Order: sequence, then C-alpha cells, then structure tokens
Amino acid sequence: MNWSDIGDALFGGLPQYGAILALVQNSVWAGAVLGIVGGLIGVFVIQRDMSFAVHGISELSFAGAAAALLIGVDVVTGSLVGSLAAAVLIGWLGARARDRNSIIGVLMPFGLGLGILFLSLYSGRSANRFSLLTGQIVSVRTNELGALIVISVLVLLALLFIWRPLRFDSLDPQAAAARGVPGRGMSLVFMVLLGLMVAVAVHIIGALLVMALLVTPAAAAMRISSGPLAVPLLAAGFGFVSAVGGILLAIAGTLPVSPYITTISFLIYLVCRGVGSARERRGIAR
Amino acid sequence: MTAAPTPLRITGAALRRDGRELWSGLDLTVEPGEFIAVLGPSGAGKTTLLRAILGLERLSAGTIEAVGAPVRRSGNRRIGYIPQQRPLPRHTALRGRDLVMLGVDGHRFGLPFPRRGDRDRVDALVEAVGAASFADRPVGVLSGGEQQRLRVGQALADDPGLLLCDEPLTSLDLANQQAVVGLIDRYRRDRRGGVLLVTHDINPVLDRVDRILYLAGGRFTLGTPEEVLTSSTLSGLYGAPVTVLRAGGRLVVVGAPDATDTHHHHPHETPEVGL
Repeated sequence: MNWSDIGDALFGGLPQYGAILALVQNSVWAGAVLGIVGGLIGVFVIQRDMSFAVHGISELSFAGAAAALLIGVDVVTGSLVGSLAAAVLIGWLGARARDRNSIIGVLMPFGLGLGILFLSLYSGRSANRFSLLTGQIVSVRTNELGALIVISVLVLLALLFIWRPLRFDSLDPQAAAARGVPGRGMSLVFMVLLGLMVAVAVHIIGALLVMALLVTPAAAAMRISSGPLAVPLLAAGFGFVSAVGGILLAIAGTLPVSPYITTISFLIYLVCRGVGSARERRGIAR
Repeated sequence: MTAAPTPLRITGAALRRDGRELWSGLDLTVEPGEFIAVLGPSGAGKTTLLRAILGLERLSAGTIEAVGAPVRRSGNRRIGYIPQQRPLPRHTALRGRDLVMLGVDGHRFGLPFPRRGDRDRVDALVEAVGAASFADRPVGVLSGGEQQRLRVGQALADDPGLLLCDEPLTSLDLANQQAVVGLIDRYRRDRRGGVLLVTHDINPVLDRVDRILYLAGGRFTLGTPEEVLTSSTLSGLYGAPVTVLRAGGRLVVVGAPDATDTHHHHPHETPEVGL
C-alpha cells in the first residue's frame, strides 16, 4: 500500500460525498441515537462498576446474532436474545462485584467461541461474518436500523423514568435501600436495559468494540465534571460526536466505520483526562 | 407538636442468621428525644438490628414499630439512616449537595425534573449540617468528616422521627467526631426524634447518651451508662471476667471476648479495647 492508496481509502469518496451521505442517512440517525443513549447508560455502567459486564454481554450478543444468521432468522432478534440472556444471567448470578467478574470471565469466551462456530458453519455472504465482531453500520438494512432506533428510544425513556432511584442505588446502595429503593429490582431492570443497548451497539460498531460507545464517553465526562446534570449531558454529547463523527468521516473513504468511532471516543477521553489532571494540579474544584 | 409518635418500639424480637441466633427476647422502646448507643463486639448483630428496624432483615420472632407504624416493607422514609461509612471513590460523579439531594429525591420515579422547593430544602439541610463551604465540591475530594456531615444531612432529609447511625464516627478525628455527635445531639433535642447509634467506642458519645444497649453472645443488657458499663454487668453478659477501667476521663473495657460464634471468621481479631 502506498500513499495514494491510503489517500483513496481515507478520502476517495469525497467527490461523491453528498450522494453517499444520502444513501447512509439512516445509519447516521441510528448512530446519533446510539451515541446519545449509550453515553447516558454509560454513566450508570461506570457508577455500578460494570464495564467488564458490557464486554461479556456483547460476546453473547454476538453469539446470538451469529446463531440467527446460521438458522436464517432476523439478526437483530438473535443479538437481542443473546444479549438479554447474558444480562439477566450476570445480574442474577453476580450480585457482588467479585462474583460478577468471574462469571463474566467464564461466559465471555464461551459466547465468543459459540459465535465463531456458528459463523464458520454459515455459508452466506462473508461480509456479514466479520461485521458482527467489528461492526459495519452502513451495511445494516433499513428495517433493521428502524428497529435499532426504536429500541434505543425505548431504553432512553425507561432510563429517564428510573433515573433518580437508579442513581441512588448505584452511588449509595445501602442508604437507597433504607429509603425504599428496591435494589434487586433496580439491578435487574438496569441489566435488561443494558442488554438492549449492547445488542444495538453490536450492530453499529461490533461486539468487540461496544465499550467505545457504552463506557468511554461516560468515563471521559466524569474526568471533567461531577455535576448531576453535566455528567450525563457531556457523556451523551461525547457519544453523539463519536458515533456521528465516525460515520461522517468513514464515508469519505473506503475504510470501515468502527475505527473512526473508537478513535474519536478515545481522543475525547484523552483530552478530558488531560484537562481533568491539569485542573486538579492547579487545585480547581471540578 | 402534640403527642409525637414513639420513635421505636421493639417487642420480643429475635433474629436468626446462618442458623445462629444473633439476639432474642429483645424489648426496646426509644422515647422521643432519647439517645441510645448500641455497643457490642463485632458479629453481635448491631448492624443487623438497624437493618431489621428499616425492614431490610426479617425478624424470626417479635415485632418492631417504627415512628408509629409497624415495620412491614423494605425501607422506611420516616427513618433517617447513616450507613456504615465507606469512603466514596475519588471520581464519583457527585457533588456534596448532590449527596444530600439523594435523600430528598433519590427514591422518586418519573422524569428527573426537580420539584419546586427541593432546592431550598437541600440548601437548608446543607446549612444545618455546616456543609455550605464545601457543598459544591466533588464528594470524592472531601475529607471523611466532611462526607459524614453530608450523610447526616441526607439522613435528615425527610424530617425523620428516628435516626439510625451505624458507626458514624469511625475514622474521624476528635474534632470531627465532636462535630458529628453535636449534629446528632441537636437533632434529637430540636426535633425530639429518637437516636440509635451503633459504635465500638462509647467515649465520644458517653456524655450525650441516655441509655446503652449492649449486645454480646446472643444476649443483651439495657440501661443507663452507669448501670451497663460496670465490670460486674459486662462480666455477667459475656460470661467471662471483664474489667471496665476509667483512665483520663475515658472508659476502657479490658478482656472482652469476641462474639462467641465468630472466632473462626476472625481468628486474629483483637478484643475490643476502645470499648
């Protein structure tokens, strides 16, 4: 590969940018919604110390999607089934953090292995195989994109409805239980919502990379703020910029979307970390 | 205010856990404005008692009536609760006043819009616990004493008729211990609420408490500090020779064995010495 090939890969689509954008506009919408809701749910993922769970759920979601591909049913449904099964299992068996991490460690390779088995048995279009692991939103069909957007919006509404008790339970579970917040119920509902979002993210950036939208934006936001409104707003904003920015940059060339999204969200995190430490050094309260 | 409900009435209560009776036949009535310290070795069921009062643990016998109503469901907003302290991680997305706010609206479902008056209430609580100067800083950077003041503010959010405190003074320096005890003492005088405070060291609260509930080895003793904190009473409770010493204005209990059935859990735990 020489410089002109790289140039083509990055910017070869620029002359037809408008036409390409029109073709993928539904993907941009899906990316926007996932970025926002993923950023919001990420705040709770970090507060509940569940980053590793996100990864575990995504591998089983991948296995579900691969199974669906193999037996010829809807791939989104397959990923949802895998995702929810993993989420409920982790929520049920792993109430305590230490138990949870070992359970995830056990489930994750099993899910990934199953998925690889299903994919190698699958004889259809091979582009689909890789895209479940590393994502390719622009290849997702329009009706599936619609389903992903509807799921994300439902998760958003549910999240807003339980926002305060979930936050109380995440930050201060003992005091929350004393004031009548149902800890077990919150945990189960949260796992289901997380499972739904992971399934959506698997289709957009791939099972291996979901953390870039479900963990990184919220982690970045918490580096520079601690306000109850500022953190979720920043996290949603960072998620939105990563997802939409990634898609808009990717369609200028021929490279996949995922590396753009993961790079943008990582760069945002780096900047936030730098700003946060600089402020701490100067002793300014966040 | 006329005839405030009795903060707490426990009748014939017993609680079993892992096949072991933590305590049984427990009768305790906390009068309005009364301050009771709960003492005992670790594993004696002090925290479990507080959790039972909150409805988070089920009694194996007996009844509990808190602030005029029988305890049935999990959690009770008429009771203020300061859980055993667990320092918040440095990057917790929470400012001081948000910790207090959790006590005001943390239980509410629905779209997270603040109600009119919530802000004023948080401001008043922050002011009342002397936290105004640091309420806008992230909780993760606050000292243990500052965090604990805010927790008192959170516990008092719903004007509770009973305040339960679980080791609220652990890891605080003397000045902060006195400040937190002062806040709790003012609450029970002004609000006429009852206070149940679990502690392993009686000294910081000795001149404030009305009575002491001492749990040990499945049994208990209830009475004024003068009655309970004597060598003969505690020796009888532990069934082993225990000496209460007064040294430099402090009380020290020497020779108290650990809770009977917990030796295999904490083989190296030293006997309680601070009391």
